[in-house]
Amino acid sequence: MNDNSKNILYFDYASTTPVDQRVVAAMEPYWYKVCGNPSSLHYKGREAKDILDEKRVEMADLIGAKTNEIYFTSGGTESNNWALFGLVNVSGKKGQIIISSIEHKSVLYPANILQKRGYTVEVCPVNKVGLVDLDKLEQLVGDNTILVSVVYANNEIGVVQDLNKISKLIKKKNPDTYFHTDACQALNYLETDVGKLGVDLMTFNASKVYGPKGVGCLYIKEGVKISPFLYGGGQERAMRSGTENLPLIVGMVEAIKIARRISTNESSRLALLRDKIISRVKKEIPDSYLNGDGKKRLPNNVNLSFAGCEGESLVLYLDEAGFCVSTGSACSASDLEPSHVLLALGMKKGLAHGSLRISLGRWTNEEGVDRLSDVLPGVVEKVRMMSAI
Amino acid sequence: MGDVNNKKVSWVYSDIVKDHFMNPRNFVAGEGPEWEYNGVGEVGSPACGDVMRIWIKVEGQKSNGKITKIGWKTFGCASAIASTSILSEMVLKDGGMSTDEAKRIKAKDIVQVLGGLPKKKIHCSVLGDQALIKAIKNYELGIENNE
Repeated sequence: MNDNSKNILYFDYASTTPVDQRVVAAMEPYWYKVCGNPSSLHYKGREAKDILDEKRVEMADLIGAKTNEIYFTSGGTESNNWALFGLVNVSGKKGQIIISSIEHKSVLYPANILQKRGYTVEVCPVNKVGLVDLDKLEQLVGDNTILVSVVYANNEIGVVQDLNKISKLIKKKNPDTYFHTDACQALNYLETDVGKLGVDLMTFNASKVYGPKGVGCLYIKEGVKISPFLYGGGQERAMRSGTENLPLIVGMVEAIKIARRISTNESSRLALLRDKIISRVKKEIPDSYLNGDGKKRLPNNVNLSFAGCEGESLVLYLDEAGFCVSTGSACSASDLEPSHVLLALGMKKGLAHGSLRISLGRWTNEEGVDRLSDVLPGVVEKVRMMSAI
Repeated sequence: MGDVNNKKVSWVYSDIVKDHFMNPRNFVAGEGPEWEYNGVGEVGSPACGDVMRIWIKVEGQKSNGKITKIGWKTFGCASAIASTSILSEMVLKDGGMSTDEAKRIKAKDIVQVLGGLPKKKIHCSVLGDQALIKAIKNYELGIENNE
């Protein structure tokens, strides 16, 4: 990372990314120079409004959308919540919602709440490597289906879904069903043209793409019937009230611009490093497993399980050795249940407790990858030596 | 490490937990202890994320002997490892507890000597007291060495 903690190697870019210095620089004038409220009539207000409009145009261009299809939000969680609650609110009937079994909790939990409110929620399974079961999805979509939500690239196992194919399948069964995707992990590396993807709504945020935390976006295709998310001053065309956070919006757009510009090169660079870790682990650590498809996955995601190991222990020993990684273990979660994503792959709970996510990013280099790969076998060995299973 | 404004970054659990997690005491590295044991007990399940096994050697009279050796293995999170480690120290203190005394150790006693644990972690990660009771019962029933 580009900070002063030189002895710490960060391998948790899927959790959040540091803000790129170029993004920090782009945001700088908007804290105090361009400081007006875009709703104000006076000079400072109009100055801010101009920038807001400009950023909306740029944002739209980056994902192949129209400017009136861009809604700025406070982040991925808000965008996902809005998509689910907003779409069902206007339908008027207690229809059906379909989500994949590996959605982020900010889709899963709203779906659970909607189920309690009387909506039918179907969870579409994935196969052993995390790809959505398309036959099953086709069976599930019916006349009553309000919405299908499928995560573009999963945050834990990095598996990438074929959204275009899923979209066609849904629309063929029911052209009135809306298709939403959570693309938070995808913007650095994958196709983001909403037309090519065939999505009606797309969630994304800045904090996974080297932009600031606390800002995101919901793309809502023109014509989609959705209720407002926040009521008040009527910002975002009366769909999402609240004074627009100009510095963060500027930061997000700048961050996504940079990410798109370097996407191809960065993807190939990281895929090589990713595969290096995976091959070294397979070679040097017995009873280790890669979770999720080996090919259809984000170039920066490594997710492994080690038999006999518990994830929190692995994370904390690695932390002590100076490496930041994460786990889908129960002990790291507030509900003490192992990751629903790993269980959705059909993994036994015991093994799901022993998962480790290593996610790479802009400041990951080969030397760091080698250092982590050198240390990992010893840490796994240490945990296994103590393990009672 | 990772200091901002020279402030020390907090750890997940107490310093005592960290010490026992980083430097676990009395754990058994192999399949079983290298010393002769006469009681063994296990609790937990891999599905729940915590499994603890404790071996003991009891010397002296059969009904209320003294635990002179203890070893353990734990599959679990940092607090699970630390709680088993500190339990082994509690048992061996002052030349070893009597089995009656050891049976009276409760989860809350372990949590106390650890300097506290997050509430939600106590139920799942402090199972050592139960494993120890099982090991003592195993000893009392006289199933020696071969489980």
